This record gives sequence, structure tokens and C-alpha cells, in this order.
Amino acid sequence: MTDLDDTAPGRTAPETRDEGLDARLVVDRGSFRLDVALTAAPGDVVALLGPNGAGKTTALRALAGLLPLTDGRLRLDGVRLDRTPPESRPVGVVFQDYLLFPHLTALDNVAFGPRCRGVSKAEARAQAAEWLDRMGLAEHTGAKPRRLSGGQAQRVALARALATRPRLLLLDEPLAALDARTRLEVRAQLRRHLAEFEAVAVLVTHDPLDAMVLADRLVVVEHGRVVQEGGPADIARRPRTDYIAQLVGLNLYRGHADGHTVRLEAGPTIATTEELSGPVFVAFPPAAVTLFRDRPTGASARNLWRCEVAGLETHGDQIRAGLTGELPLAADLTTVAAAELDLHPGAPVWATVKATQTHAYPA
Amino acid sequence: MTKSTRTPTGTVDGGPRRARLRGGTRTVPVPLLLPALVGLAFLLLPLIALLVRAPWRDLPEQLTSAEVWQALRLSLVCATSATLLSLLVGVPLAWLLARTEFPGRGLVRALVTLPLVLPPVVGGVALLLAFGRNGVVGQWLDSWFGITLPFTTTGVVLAETFVAMPFLVISVEGTLRAADPRYEEAATTLGASRFTAFRRVTLPLIAPGIAAGAVLAWARALGEFGATITFAGNFPGRTQTMPLAVYLALQNDPAAAIALSLVLLAVSIAVLAGLRDRWMTAS
Repeated sequence: MTDLDDTAPGRTAPETRDEGLDARLVVDRGSFRLDVALTAAPGDVVALLGPNGAGKTTALRALAGLLPLTDGRLRLDGVRLDRTPPESRPVGVVFQDYLLFPHLTALDNVAFGPRCRGVSKAEARAQAAEWLDRMGLAEHTGAKPRRLSGGQAQRVALARALATRPRLLLLDEPLAALDARTRLEVRAQLRRHLAEFEAVAVLVTHDPLDAMVLADRLVVVEHGRVVQEGGPADIARRPRTDYIAQLVGLNLYRGHADGHTVRLEAGPTIATTEELSGPVFVAFPPAAVTLFRDRPTGASARNLWRCEVAGLETHGDQIRAGLTGELPLAADLTTVAAAELDLHPGAPVWATVKATQTHAYPA
Repeated sequence: MTKSTRTPTGTVDGGPRRARLRGGTRTVPVPLLLPALVGLAFLLLPLIALLVRAPWRDLPEQLTSAEVWQALRLSLVCATSATLLSLLVGVPLAWLLARTEFPGRGLVRALVTLPLVLPPVVGGVALLLAFGRNGVVGQWLDSWFGITLPFTTTGVVLAETFVAMPFLVISVEGTLRAADPRYEEAATTLGASRFTAFRRVTLPLIAPGIAAGAVLAWARALGEFGATITFAGNFPGRTQTMPLAVYLALQNDPAAAIALSLVLLAVSIAVLAGLRDRWMTAS
């Protein structure tokens, strides 16, 4: 099995990484099957991004050893961990709601890991104090978790996970439990701590912003499978599924390119600047769409579609119009423009997009 | 809401409706109130009778008699030992039932709770058959180690443990089920073995539940009569606990029986006061 995996697509030669993470996680849970491959070098921060129920947390639990693998492999720094019990894995976990032990002080929470790994009580406490100091929590060492704010608790949880000096750090929705204002601040701190971390970090999130700010590489998981992988910029620019397109705020279509024209499966065509042939994706931002109530007379707009307003919602300081018709799409326009066009659900409109505003890439 | 009642129609409509609602929550239907009062009276009257008929004048003399202190001391020692024994094996048993999966777990759970509903006398007979001098286990204890359990103070402790431990197990298991098992997982990822996770994380988290279960078991052990008299007999100073002393005294010296009962009542009230926060306000 493993021999076959090593020659799987994307690998040119059987390769055994001596450093970092090399995993293929297969977990069967009833009708749900998770099957994702993950590799990362020391220092990498990888984000598992996906909708709820995609299997991200299952993957994380499998990495931590809290769920057994049905199949696949798990190697960390060249050591097989598939059958290693969780307490013996060099893995640290920051849980979504932190799970700080409520009966222990922040210091003893952080000292817990070193204590379990055989460090003397005094030494473990000294190490814990150092970690908390590094997290800017020197004044809160004696506090019980319930007296810590969300952001402080998050840092204690991070310190607790790091205090065992893991070779793999796992973070489950690290910012989900925080309110919007704290989140901004904690995200920046977390980014700094992750940048300092010398081993592999894998974080799970459904928030694309968290993923893009914190991670060097995104692995998008849907229905238990990896649907796209790459750098944040690449993913944001070239989404390959509707879910990702929606996350990064792009209109996305799949079609067949012939030169500068892409014919979509549903019928309409989109003119692009890229010259391609074969199956392609075309993406453009909602802000690139211009709406008219009457058919525009200008000859320049080749991308002209007859649509109908399906819904309107405020989107920041703009109005986002959802359109159906020849080409279902989202269009952003200013409140003033929306008022002038007298947009309302059911209103017929013409939508245009300049070819230069579209982006086509092979599917 | 307040705005609408200010309008003329609102005041007319809203006023009486609110009054009726308020009246509705106040009126208790007679078919419920009457049986409830009868029930309450039934529970309280015997206790009041105990207080009314208590030989208050002779009480100091009664309570300072050597027999009373002997019985009380034995009761406290045995009930406390039974509680400690229950803790020692009952908490791990509760953990096993709450945190692991094994075939027949439902059956084991049912068997653990059986002593709760089993007539204590039957429990005593069963204990005799198991640990009696000719019992299934008892004969070996006797011939190999020279240990005899029935009709000894140890026998009292065993009888009380048999009857009281299920209270502790049920209470602790409930607390364990309510406790978030992910704390144990978090401990595991920090390098704690399952036992370390239990000892350093789970145990402190469920301590209130264990304490409540222990008090409940202790109270049950203190009042234990049937299994004790069957398995351990009724020897003053050795196996005669307070309930046994009360029963015996009632036949010869009713005043002494009342005095002893008052002591047990006082202990019970003290226990209830200790559990006040947990059991009386929990509902």
C-alpha cells in the first residue's frame, strides 16, 4: 500500500522525508470517509480550510492520535506514528475552546505537559513561567482559566501546547471562540508565534482570512477530500471550487476555452484576455461587473448578459446584487448606483464585464 | 409591550388579561394541593412525634450512657470505613462504566445498581453465602488465611459497603458522564497516560460529584440495618450499630430507643445541611 502511495501522482520518485510531516490520513466514520494527504517541512504553517463537516477536525484528531487511522500513513521527522498512542506523540494541540484545565492555574496548565514528560515540578514550573512570559502573560501565571479573557486563554493554550516542545503543532479553529475585536489582535500575535515556531504547524479553520493571514500554504478540504492546495495568493486568485470562490469573493465558472472565448456548460460565452484551449476556469470579482437597466449601446462590451435581480444585500459600504438569468453572478455596486438603477428583486438588468477584468486558467 | 398598554385599547385588553394570568399562576388546583399536603404531613408527623415524645428530661442521662456511645462510635467508624472502601473501588468502577466500552456493559451497570433495589436482608443472606464460614469465598478465607468475616466488625463494614456503594457509583458515573471527556484528551496530547489524565484532570473536575456520592453512601451506610443484622449479627460493641441498638432498645427501653433515634435524626439533618447546595437546590 505504502509503496503504491509513494508513486502516487504528484510524486516523481519514492521519497521519504527525514524532516517534517508526511501523512496520508484515511479515516472511515460511518458513511463519511476522510482521505487527505498532507506534507509539510519544518517551519511550515499549513492551514486546512473547508466548510463545516468537511473533515478538518477529523484530520486534526487523526494527526493527534485521538482517532485511529483506517488506512494511510503518518510520519513525523522520519518516524512512523500511525500506531503511537497520543501521549507518546511529539504533537501539541490547541483545542478550539482551549480546554484549559479549570482547576489549575495558568502556570500549572502550562507546566502540565513537561510534568507528564518527566520534568521535575520546580523545573516544569520554571519552564511554564518562561513560556507565559514569552506570551506576555507574566502577570497572569496564578490566574485560574475562568478569570482569563478569551485572548489570554488562547495564549495560555498555545503556551501549554508549545511547552512540550512538539514537532507538530495542531490548532483547531484557534480564533473561532473570540469576538471580532480580540480576534484581530490575537490573530496578529498568533501569526508572530507561528512564525517563530521551528517545527510543522497545521491549523484548521473555516475562516479564509485566518487561513490566509496565518498560513504559508492552504489545503482546501471538501467532503473529506483535498480539492485545492497552494499558497494563499494562488488560491485567492485561482479558485477551483464554488466554495473557495465564494470564500475569496469571486464569480467562478467552468467551461471550455477556444482562444479568447470560453464557452460555459450552460451556454453563454465569456471573452477573456488569456488565450487557452480545453477545460478552463474563468473568475472575475463582483466589483468588475457593471449593470444597466437598458441594453448598453457601446460596442466594446462583448461580455454582455441579460439577467434578473434575485436579491440584494449590503456588503461593506456597497450593495451586492445576486443575479440570475443567462449567467448567474454576483455584482457589487455603490448604494447610489443601486438607487439610480432602481434595483429590486425581479428587476431585469444587463450585466457586462470587461475581458481584461476576467481571469482564465486551466481546469 | 409597555407602549401598547398605554394606548386606551391596550389598557382595557391588557389589564384584565395580565391579572388573569397572574391569578392563574397563583391558584393551585385543589386536587393537587390536598394530596400534596397529606403527603407532606405524612412525612413530617413521625418526625414531630419523635420530638414530642422525646424524654427530654432524661435525655442527657440516656445519651451519656456507655452503650449509646459505643453504638454511635461503632456506627460512625463502620459507615466511614464503608464509604472509604466504596470510594476505593467504586470510583474506578464508575469510571469504567462511564468512559469505556465493553461487551455487557449495560448488564454490569444494572447489576451494580441491583443492591439499590434489593431488600437489604436478602443482601445479608447473599453475603453470608459468599463470605460466610461455609460460603463460596468464605470457606477459603477461613481455611487459607484464618479470616472470618461474618459476625465481626469487618462484616458490618462489608454489609454496609454492599448496600451503600451503588449510591456512590451511580452518583460518580453521572458526574463523569456530564464532565467533558475532551479534558482527558487534552491531557493525553500533553503526554499524560490515561491514568495520569484521570488522576490529575478528571478526578479534580468530578470531586464535587464524588463528595456528594460519598456523603450519600455514608448516610446510607449509617442507617443500614437489614444486611448488617443478617450478616454481622447484633453484638454490642462489635457489630451493634445505632439502628440495631434502636431496634433492640425499643423492645426493652422505649425511652432509650427514642433518644438513640434523636441522635440519628440529628446526624441525618446535619448531612442534609451539608448537601443543601447540591441536592436541595439542584432541581
